[in-house]
Amino acid sequence: MSAETSTSRRFRDAATETPLARYILVAIAVGFMALILLMPLLLVFIEAFRQGIPAFFEALGDVDALAAIRLTLLVAAIAVPLNLVFGVSAAWAIAKFEFKGKTFLTTLIDLPFSISPVISGLVYVLLFGANSYLGPILKGWGIEILFAVPGIVLATVFVTFPFVARELIPLMQEQGTGDEEAALSLGANGWQTFWYVTLPNIKWGLLYGVLLCNARAMGEFGAVSVVSGHIRGLTETMPLHVEVLYNEYNFVAAFAVSTLLALLALVTLALKTILEIRYGEQLSASRKH
Amino acid sequence: MDVTINNIRKDFGQFPALHDVSLSVGTGELIALLGPSGSGKTTLLRLIAGLEQPTEGRIFFGGEDASHKSVQERHVGFVFQHYALFRHMTVADNIAFGLKVRPRATRPPANEIKTRVADLLDMVQLTGLEKRYPAQLSGGQRQRVALARAMAIEPSVLLLDEPFGALDAKVRKDLRRWLREFHDRTGHTTFFVTHDQDEALELADRVVVMSQGKVEQIGTADDVYDRPNSPFVFSFIGESSHVPVTLKAGEILFQGESIGLSEQGGDCDGTLFFRPQDVVLTDHSNALSGKVTASRRLAGTRIAEIDISGSGEAHHIEIEVPLEATVVVGGDLSFRPTSWKIFRDAA
Repeated sequence: MSAETSTSRRFRDAATETPLARYILVAIAVGFMALILLMPLLLVFIEAFRQGIPAFFEALGDVDALAAIRLTLLVAAIAVPLNLVFGVSAAWAIAKFEFKGKTFLTTLIDLPFSISPVISGLVYVLLFGANSYLGPILKGWGIEILFAVPGIVLATVFVTFPFVARELIPLMQEQGTGDEEAALSLGANGWQTFWYVTLPNIKWGLLYGVLLCNARAMGEFGAVSVVSGHIRGLTETMPLHVEVLYNEYNFVAAFAVSTLLALLALVTLALKTILEIRYGEQLSASRKH
Repeated sequence: MDVTINNIRKDFGQFPALHDVSLSVGTGELIALLGPSGSGKTTLLRLIAGLEQPTEGRIFFGGEDASHKSVQERHVGFVFQHYALFRHMTVADNIAFGLKVRPRATRPPANEIKTRVADLLDMVQLTGLEKRYPAQLSGGQRQRVALARAMAIEPSVLLLDEPFGALDAKVRKDLRRWLREFHDRTGHTTFFVTHDQDEALELADRVVVMSQGKVEQIGTADDVYDRPNSPFVFSFIGESSHVPVTLKAGEILFQGESIGLSEQGGDCDGTLFFRPQDVVLTDHSNALSGKVTASRRLAGTRIAEIDISGSGEAHHIEIEVPLEATVVVGGDLSFRPTSWKIFRDAA
């Protein structure tokens, strides 16, 4: 061993691995990611275009596929704004006020994360099904919840409820009530305080939460599958439609619709990364979804 | 505007933050609320602002009962400890906020708001910084923006929560002097909260000394320093030493022996308070005496630490001794307070 290598070894930082160990660790990480994350994504696109570009667009232009896309957009268009309002209200209440049962409410908000989506769906079947108490009454008024769009929306709202609230609560707690008190002392009313002071302070965190909420709303399978009833062209969202096509061995069509969901995921990921880079300090610390 | 506070009590759940606080402040006075943390000084300030509601008691603004008025109706200028500037607004927008949120009927026209903002910026000496964001300002500049923002609504009372708390020592001193001038120029009735006695004594017309939710003493700097009315005020304001004593037949006894001081009144136990500089060294045997345990040179004086316990429990006190006096660590030293106060124990 030469004097030079022994010197360089002696002065290496305590926390730095040997080059060999580093290469092995990096190789394991990259290999794992390629296998588990990138390859499936790539395969989705390869399978979708296996029979050429015309077949791809033909599959997407199918009446049922278009209906599924429309329904998915409709469900997201209802669920996301609802959760935006619920999320902001819940976060506002939890972060800015002291009241009894606050811990319980916080736990309740996390409920959809901790139970299986299938159970979330089943809850609505129990609540609105033919043998339930509410179902027949609503049916008598001509309102269909289960195996119809309202049920799908309800299940989606339930599953995606925590995203906005969970993003905002730590952020608003950290910001405290100082700015709001300042606005009030300057004569602003409650609405002005919210609109001119609170909302600008949380806007990037809110956008971040909405982004994640939307991705999940469009991609949700389990809960929606239980309440949808799988009526082709009527109650099938994109994820459900993909499954049906796949089970019919219609691989090209299944993967063609899948590419749309994959693209949605990629766009979400890109926007999320941009938000994190540009407004990282204004987002809450609990970025774990 | 004069402010009167009548028997205010404030409880946070089971915890009493303020009990039975009364205070009367004249128009244009500069008042310091001074006390250690947890003394209730900030709570009192927030009650005056209307950011908190009292559990009991009343607050009057200029003879009018303001107890049930909302924070908006009270029309106070509140400067928060960490300024609470709106970070997404420019300096000019921050200052204009209080005018822009007024209902259309009382809102000044846009060009008038602009003039007002310019005047206020000039008043706090920040002209030229109107386009900056709070993050681009120094601590002292943010402080002055917060003050200008509070002044923009032409408040009846100005309330400052630890106005210099978040600044470094040099800026603190400059800003202190500047605030005094500012107050004298604008003449607003002003309350400020501080835990720094130098700040309170130097700046305020009157100091409200608070402890454990109660007002201990209200008075000028001279009053609270020279004539403290409670053991708390004596030990909180300035340096002081205290020894347990007994009064007997007009004599003050320490551990049963006379220390050469006399005091009128009946026999009882009490505590003798004095300032380290209010002592004289003596050769008399009837004096406070003990072994010197340490001696420190401090700028123009020398501080001697003396253990006066004798046979009893160790009791160290500090006194100032003349520079020319010979002080030997381990040697004996006798002294008598020249100016003191005795607080009698409650019978």
